[in-house]
Amino acid sequence: MMVEKKKATTKKTETKKQETKKVAPVKQEAKKQQAAPAPAAEKAVAAPGATTKQDARIGVFICHCGTNIAGSMDIQAVQDYAKTIPNVAYVDNYKYMCSMPGQTVISKAVHENKLTGVVVAACTPRLHEPTFRNATKDAGLNPFRFEMANIRDQNSWVHMHDREGSTEKAKDAIRIAVAKAALLQDLYPKSVPVEKTAMVVGAGIGGMQAALDLAGAGIKTYLIESAPSIGGRMSQLDKTFPTLDCSQCILTPKMVDVGRSANIELMTYCEVDNVEGYIGNFEVTIRKKARGVMTPNEAEAKGISGGGCNGCGDCDAVCPVIKPNVFEVGMKPRKAIYINHPQVVPLIYTIDFTTCVKCGLCVTACGPEKRAIDLESKDELIKVKVGTAILATGYDIFPIEKKEEWGYKRYENVITSLEFERLICASGPTGGHLIRPSDGETPKRVAFVLCAGSRDNTGIGKPYCSRFCCMYSLKHAHQITEKIPGCIPYIFYMDIRSFGKAYEEFYYRIQDEGAKFIRGRVANILEDPKTKNLHVYADDTLLDRPVDMEVDIVVLAAAIQPAADTERTRRLFGVSCTGDGWLQEAHPKLNPCGTTTAGVFLAGVCQGPKDIPDTVASAEGAASAASIPIHMGQVELEPYFASCIEEKCAGCGMCVNLCPYSALSLVEKDGRTVMQVTEAKCKGCGTCGGFCPGGAIWMNHFATPQIVAQIDAFLLGGEQ
Amino acid sequence: MSAPGDFKIPERGPGFWQPKILGMVCNWCSYAGADLAGGGRIQYPPDVRIIRVMCTGRFDSLFVLKAFADGADGVLVSGCHFGDCHYLEGNYKGAKRMFMVKRLMKSIGLDDRRFRMTFVSASEGAKWASVITDVVKTINELGPSPLAKNNE
Repeated sequence: MMVEKKKATTKKTETKKQETKKVAPVKQEAKKQQAAPAPAAEKAVAAPGATTKQDARIGVFICHCGTNIAGSMDIQAVQDYAKTIPNVAYVDNYKYMCSMPGQTVISKAVHENKLTGVVVAACTPRLHEPTFRNATKDAGLNPFRFEMANIRDQNSWVHMHDREGSTEKAKDAIRIAVAKAALLQDLYPKSVPVEKTAMVVGAGIGGMQAALDLAGAGIKTYLIESAPSIGGRMSQLDKTFPTLDCSQCILTPKMVDVGRSANIELMTYCEVDNVEGYIGNFEVTIRKKARGVMTPNEAEAKGISGGGCNGCGDCDAVCPVIKPNVFEVGMKPRKAIYINHPQVVPLIYTIDFTTCVKCGLCVTACGPEKRAIDLESKDELIKVKVGTAILATGYDIFPIEKKEEWGYKRYENVITSLEFERLICASGPTGGHLIRPSDGETPKRVAFVLCAGSRDNTGIGKPYCSRFCCMYSLKHAHQITEKIPGCIPYIFYMDIRSFGKAYEEFYYRIQDEGAKFIRGRVANILEDPKTKNLHVYADDTLLDRPVDMEVDIVVLAAAIQPAADTERTRRLFGVSCTGDGWLQEAHPKLNPCGTTTAGVFLAGVCQGPKDIPDTVASAEGAASAASIPIHMGQVELEPYFASCIEEKCAGCGMCVNLCPYSALSLVEKDGRTVMQVTEAKCKGCGTCGGFCPGGAIWMNHFATPQIVAQIDAFLLGGEQ
Repeated sequence: MSAPGDFKIPERGPGFWQPKILGMVCNWCSYAGADLAGGGRIQYPPDVRIIRVMCTGRFDSLFVLKAFADGADGVLVSGCHFGDCHYLEGNYKGAKRMFMVKRLMKSIGLDDRRFRMTFVSASEGAKWASVITDVVKTINELGPSPLAKNNE
């Protein structure tokens, strides 16, 4: 740390005369204190009263952003005002400051006016701080001598019709930014090595694709799945739209690839328990849930040669406990020791210990050679280090029984589309024969209710479009016309959203195949208690007349919501979410796979509803983004570290307990106790700096004198 | 809480009083939420000036007191919702200090409605607009800070 700061001062004196001038009075003070020049120089700046007495020369550059800014405020008035702010040596404006010519304006002005700092009044630092830092760097200044005044996102866009108000606000914003810019220091990002491993959380189609891509790029990848086997939601589907590919046929080869890949360490029936560290160096604790069954490798490790589960199913045959099969949405029984379906990867049985009665029949059935079953197995915690992580936690079906008017769970013949998917699937509970749950008869009239819980502003459902329900309902309509001659699908819809490649063509095809489309939201559904037939009541908004249709089955295209564990997982990784619980991307257009936590990326539906093609595309994007830091070998961390001003530190240690990252400690130095920062652990939140009663903590780039100068600049003007 | 857009652009003639309100926000939630309000063009009054730091945990209670001593009519501190802090728990620690400031203000006879701590996430652009509208409304009702008069 010391070395870096010394380097900083040398560079200052070498390159810029005006900088030397700026540092000069400070240096005298430093000599008085007989301390090392660099840190002392910074602290001297921190001394009260020293804030405005320096020769900072700041350039202010005002962006029009076309008419985004210029349309709502008086740029000329702002520019004229900026010239009067103390320390401002140059002011200019340009149509698009972020463009190449705009950046050249900055570079030229820095050289010609010997500027020591740059203020750009434009959009938000969350969008263009990196851009203008680079421009500042290109102009020969340290990139951290840049400060942004947000006069677009938090000004012209939100005060569009208040020209006077926005002009005054822009003047203040620039004055505040200049006050900080005058006190900014040279900072140098810290490079840290990146662990050459990655982690993918969730092994549905998105997570599997991301893991395969990372593995293919030569990166060792931990693929974590909380279920006993991989494949996710896609493994429950029968066909996929619009190509009508059999879901299993395209999914199972990928599952096998994942299981076989040398670079993928598949960890099923596991959950992320804790995450520590930062980009390049995440330390993740994984909870390996007690499975009760050993894989051949685990058996080998325990000295049982040739043992472990081979998926024979002898245990399944003798297990006396019968429970609903969650994979089949409860429509088929399952034992306490189970696999979801015969094609599972890995082909290892799992004991559901919440229902197991520990009778030991399975242990006997498994036999003395394999000895795969251990009824006393416990959860294990495993620690791994990874450089980057991808979250692919997927979705759950919205509990559609909450929309009581449609009678799900009240009427036997009202089912969800996921149940339909299992009923029509050849490997499903009925072997692919669609039947009425009430009497097992083949239905002749099937109603599909679209937007069931989606696009719902009643507060019960979800306000968003779940995005793939229109298309799979069209597919369902096709499947029943194909499988059950004479069966008519009635599709109750609000709008048919067939937005993807070849989707609209698929819609026309289903229309031609004889599906009936009724435009109107279903008001309610009533059951005929004798026949168990259902009356669907809706308003046909195209013909403007009420509809009462009697059908044999109703299929609700239920909305989707983030998977149950998403909230817990996102908090572990420090990823924020929207009001609906979908994980928040760094930028919806420019960085849709990234998050605000460096090194953590998003794949698939956890970021928002997506169909399979979009999920796979987003997974490949996330894998590519996650592989970049790993292939670079190192990443630069923003140098917003805390440091201790030792002369002021009383060694009370209050800060040590405040730090959420255990980055601070007390050490003995020159016969007294002072605080010391471990920079590799410090993330620069400033929680310590905000509390220190002695003002002994210096936060790089957000130092107390800098913030106080901003407060003063706003409230007292720039002249005090 | 005011609804977004529930305000009028004032006539800035003679006798018009422009309150000085300082907003101190964290980078990850409230500043992002404010940007989102911008992206959505949700209109709110232009009276609050923003200072951005990485986390509300960075805010020293003295910053708030300094602002009032400098003559601020109101101060707003806004961060992530509890449990959502980018730095795990910085907002808890910041909030604890800010609640202390509120108590302190009461004890020195400064109306504690002049100071507010709110929680606005990166996806709550509309909430940000409501918060600002509400804060501006409150400060306008309270009028100039007694400390601001002393400064003149």
